[in-house]
Amino acid sequence: MTNSAPSEVRRATRDSTDSYLGGVASGLARHLALPVIWVRVAFILAAALGGMGIAMYAGLWMVLPTDDRFTDEAPGLASATRTGKRPGRVRRMADVGPTIAMGALAFGIVIMFESVFGRGALFWPIVLGIVGVALIWRQADEAQRERWLNTSERVDPVRAMFGSGTWASYARIFAGGALILSGLGLFALTSGGIGLAREIVVAGLLGVIGLALTLGPWIFRLASDLGEERAERVRSQERADVAAHLHDSVLQTLALIQNNAHDSATVARLARAQERDLRTWLFSEQKEEGASVAASLRALTAEIEDTYAVAVETVVVGDVAVTEDVAPIVHATREAMTNAAKHAGTDRIDVYAEVSPSSVEIYVKDRGIGFDPATMAGDRQGVRGSIVARMERHGGTAEIRSTPGAGTEVVLSMPLQEEKS
Amino acid sequence: MTRVVIVDDHAMFRAGVRAELQNAASPGALDIVADAEDVATAVAAIREHRPDVVLLDVHLPGGGGVEVMRQLGAATETRFLALSVSDAAEDVIGTIRGGARGYVTKTITGPELVAAIQRVAEGDAVFSPRLAGFVLDAFAGSIEVAAVDEDLDRLTEREREVMRLIARGYAYKEVAKELFISVKTVETHMSSVLRKLQLSSRHELTRWASDRRLL
Repeated sequence: MTNSAPSEVRRATRDSTDSYLGGVASGLARHLALPVIWVRVAFILAAALGGMGIAMYAGLWMVLPTDDRFTDEAPGLASATRTGKRPGRVRRMADVGPTIAMGALAFGIVIMFESVFGRGALFWPIVLGIVGVALIWRQADEAQRERWLNTSERVDPVRAMFGSGTWASYARIFAGGALILSGLGLFALTSGGIGLAREIVVAGLLGVIGLALTLGPWIFRLASDLGEERAERVRSQERADVAAHLHDSVLQTLALIQNNAHDSATVARLARAQERDLRTWLFSEQKEEGASVAASLRALTAEIEDTYAVAVETVVVGDVAVTEDVAPIVHATREAMTNAAKHAGTDRIDVYAEVSPSSVEIYVKDRGIGFDPATMAGDRQGVRGSIVARMERHGGTAEIRSTPGAGTEVVLSMPLQEEKS
Repeated sequence: MTRVVIVDDHAMFRAGVRAELQNAASPGALDIVADAEDVATAVAAIREHRPDVVLLDVHLPGGGGVEVMRQLGAATETRFLALSVSDAAEDVIGTIRGGARGYVTKTITGPELVAAIQRVAEGDAVFSPRLAGFVLDAFAGSIEVAAVDEDLDRLTEREREVMRLIARGYAYKEVAKELFISVKTVETHMSSVLRKLQLSSRHELTRWASDRRLL
């Protein structure tokens, strides 16, 4: 593993995908590059030694941001997600099992602890309180995650607390509250009898209600302002994006099509180019930086489709940067695609590239007229010079398989030097 | 006769597919019994008409094509062929894992679509070159033999070869000829890959999917 870009500060986040409680342990493990089980065991040990682990865990839970963010999706996918045309995130029921096991384990540890050290008046109230707070924080995480997913909607204070209001979210809040209150009650009961217990619980409840009444309207207004502002910002940005893109591409193409309405080949070519462009803009996820094999092939596809009015179906598995080793195979691919487009007399070419750690293989196939490789005319400089000789010069191989009437396939292969890491 | 329902949220596209299928299919081969525009109408139409094949758009109001298959459950005899303009791997693999028996893009020609529908109706899998590429990506990388507890978690060498030929643009017949096996055997391999794609809990595949919020 290499550490790139020293200027970039690595920030720890909580891991929202691999979590039992708040994802603190797995996030920390990722940050420190330690096995997650070590971190979990360390927390549990520290918790057993006078509760230090619990305090640390809670502190980190509070300050570490979650790694759930606005996902940066292609506009088409983002729009489909917003309008509910894609399946949403499904909760994994499998997660419940380990959490129950952890809960049972924690309960066992608590019982053991108690039997060894005896119980103080503070013990059970604190345990109850901690569990209650953990439940409520967990709900805060869930609600936050849903806010990230619902980017276009206004922030609703009720939603901010309960998320989309599944029974689990209500259950978490109320169970959490009840646990904290009963922790308080239990504390009062063990230290001062039933009367004091009732008074403390009532006082606690009144305190919560009072706070809600005084701070409630303020929070409500803050949240709705925030929500409106965000919704407006998201909307206007989207509008600007779409307008700019439509103007740059679709409008221009439509104008060109009108001008060339009599020429069906040109219209088809323009329509195909525009479709490819729009599709890439809407749905393509990988916006690779620099020159990679996949990016080069995509550019080649566009170029060949535009120049020769053929459809090119390009499939790429894996990817690697175009280095000195790889450049010859890309050039040879270009030559093979050009030959197929020019000479095969077909309207469709299939290109398949597979990048493995040890080699790059590219196949260019057409179903055109084909030729007999044995009698390949000497003047077909393209094939001999640009493909076979070029590949062999750089340590690769090229094979041309062709049958008259059935089409041609060019098989290119270039070994890669294993990177020393 | 193969009974077909077309599900897509664009009316123009539904009409286009309908016309295209009627042109391309031999008379009496296909019967387009209904179309639908979202999850609710699709589920209702499929329950009412019990078609052999549903052409299912991946992106659909009401939760996507996956939701249609989920609501109908495993009991249905109907088979699904995903048809989409989206090339996002996560959506395509998600739909396959949801129960679709194949995936083709909306730029497919009429005769190819008819062939794909008939293939699905017979219970075979339909892999476009693009889907074959996604499959090879999903099962890419080496996996320690000791870590494999089920055959589901990796492709056999033969299945990988078949997938690579499909990705290279070979038709089933050409794949069979190239590998010196029968078309029937090619179909068996494809079905087996489809099953692995749907059922595998391979760590890599799961992580690949959960990175993209599929699971």
